[in-house]
Amino acid sequence: MVKTNVNIGSLKLKNPVMTASGTFGYGTEYSDFIDLSKLGGIIVKGTTLAPREGNPYPRMAETPSGMLNAVGLQNKGVDYFVENIYPQIKDLDTAVVVNVSGSTIEDYVAVAEKINALDKIPAIELNISCPNVKEGGMAFGTSPRSIEKVVKAVRQAYNKTLIVKLSPNVTDITEMARAAEAEGADSLSLINTLLGMAIDAERRRPILSTVTGGLSGACVKPVALRMVWQVSKAVKLPLIGLGGIMNATDAIEFLLAGATAIQIGTANFIDPQISVKVAEGIEEYLSRQGCHSVQEIIGGLVL
Amino acid sequence: MKKSLIDMSVTANLSVNNRSVLLKMTPADGSVLPECKPGQFVEMLVEGEPKAFLRRPISINYVDVEKNELWLLIQKVGAGTLKLAEVKEGDIINIIYPLGNGFTIPNNKEQKLLLVGGGVGVAPLLMLGTELKKAGHTPVFLLGARTKDDLLLLDKFKEISEVYVTTEDASEGEKGFVTQHSVLTKERFDFIYCCGPGPMMKAVAQYANKVATECEVSLENKMACGIGACLCCVEDTTNGNVCVCKEGPVFNIKRLKW
Ligand SMILES: Cc1cc2nc3c(=O)[nH]c(=O)nc-3n(C[C@H](O)[C@H](O)[C@H](O)COP(=O)(O)OP(=O)(O)OC[C@H]3O[C@@H](n4cnc5c(N)ncnc54)[C@H](O)[C@@H]3O)c2cc1C
Ligand SMILES: Cc1cc2nc3c(=O)[nH]c(=O)nc-3n(C[C@H](O)[C@H](O)[C@H](O)COP(=O)(O)O)c2cc1C
Ligand code: FES
Repeated sequence: MVKTNVNIGSLKLKNPVMTASGTFGYGTEYSDFIDLSKLGGIIVKGTTLAPREGNPYPRMAETPSGMLNAVGLQNKGVDYFVENIYPQIKDLDTAVVVNVSGSTIEDYVAVAEKINALDKIPAIELNISCPNVKEGGMAFGTSPRSIEKVVKAVRQAYNKTLIVKLSPNVTDITEMARAAEAEGADSLSLINTLLGMAIDAERRRPILSTVTGGLSGACVKPVALRMVWQVSKAVKLPLIGLGGIMNATDAIEFLLAGATAIQIGTANFIDPQISVKVAEGIEEYLSRQGCHSVQEIIGGLVL
Repeated sequence: MKKSLIDMSVTANLSVNNRSVLLKMTPADGSVLPECKPGQFVEMLVEGEPKAFLRRPISINYVDVEKNELWLLIQKVGAGTLKLAEVKEGDIINIIYPLGNGFTIPNNKEQKLLLVGGGVGVAPLLMLGTELKKAGHTPVFLLGARTKDDLLLLDKFKEISEVYVTTEDASEGEKGFVTQHSVLTKERFDFIYCCGPGPMMKAVAQYANKVATECEVSLENKMACGIGACLCCVEDTTNGNVCVCKEGPVFNIKRLKW
């Protein structure tokens, strides 16, 4: 028997596979296809203080081996989540993590406080890296000063596992990682989407209503992998790697680069069973490599 | 209704015209097709085509219960549909289905029902017409296309019921767009179903509003997941942005801001 469990701060995962925010709904959308209890965890949709309608359609453009999205954090707000969604997902036999988004520090703190009160939510993922909202969002994640401020404020309001999700749209991601670590983050997840753009040449117009959007899917993997590797050298915190993971081999590459756990996003759209297949694939790899525990390959890249 | 991810084995790939094919397929594991409603769709995996990274949404054209076959009518418009149209008998295609809500089947058998289709938008109307007839209704079709050659599966529609036709070049039926057909001035319908290009559906919705007829349209917003998880496919409705893949693709025009 291979041991697949990992810890992210005090958050215990039965295996390193989680699903990425905004790509897996509230988990229940996938329950026809997989047994959710086979996942290490689920990161639910970005949740904000007030309800948000998101950006106008078109919000999606397919690109070579990837896609751009500009959903813009459409959600019904944290109070709706607490009253209507939490009761439906609180007994899922997997770690349910809420992705907390906002436009001001006060917003982030208010949402974190409300989620802190929910017994069955062991962690939050602070989304300071969304490229699809005009104010706030990514702006918080692109300077060490603002990362310090928001992480510090949320840390005071939230006493369970605090994961900070980093933006790749920066010159030096290790600076951002150190800032979050310094202010008390328990873990870092990376990467969020890369800012991109698509044009319809015939119509001479942008495809997305917002002109630019966030790139995800297979095409971003090399960038994500490089960033996980760099950050793993720069901080001591456990990392959650994501960006372009399409199969178990991709996931193992992130573990070798230094991630303790991984998330699967866009790949869920192509194969709604991929998360469970990746969890099984990691286990197979470990047995094949003669490992007793997944810990043996985390950061195990041979240079 | 439970959604499934399943490998289908292609039983036939029939050329309909030079731009469209009719694919027939059956579950590769021999299982019985689930109950599907007219207007529902499938999400098809396109393998070996890097330009088609995401699945492709395609309407359920018909379900042949006796042969346990699912029919899909596909028009080749880009890399994904071109690749799908190349499949051969015995090939495996992975699909997710049945997705979406489907059209309303009215209880009142006295109602006069008109099914309006344009181009490849006729696809879901074959199953809809069949089911309406089975339920005791007398559906009437109004099908539009650019030319006679673009009228897809016309013979199959004629087997079900009366068919009115318009073509833009007058090569079949009346000349013009579906909304210009004389049947619309001669007869009053109680319910109109419509599927086709956006501008056509908007024109039909405008007509339905003018004559105060109930009308359902099937939207084709760009999709990523097809199961209500990503919020990419939203339509701005009277109750805000809703997912076309989950709350649609069929909408009563009263809900739309057209
Ligand atoms: C619910 C639903 C049901 C559908 N049913 C059918 C069906 O039964 N038969 C069928 O042939 N097609 C159907 N479509 C449309 C089909 O999904 C698209 O034509 C297909 O995804 C295009 O993929 P592609 O890779 O071939 O083209 P792409 O390379 O993606 O695009 C090629 C060209 O087609 C246009 N295009 C792409 N998607 C659409 C779309 N959704 N509507 C209109 N134009 C589009 C693009 O703008 C571009 O100009 C349906 C779509 C939806 C959402
Ligand atoms: C449609 C869509 C919606 C997303 N919404 C969110 C979100 O609400 N919050 C967030 O932190 N990240 C969001 N993301 C980013 C993903 O969680 C993930 O970081 C990114 O897609 C890279 O991983 P992938 O290549 O595996 O998809 C979204 C991504 C997509 C494609
Ligand atoms: S396509 Fe993902 S929600 Fe509709």
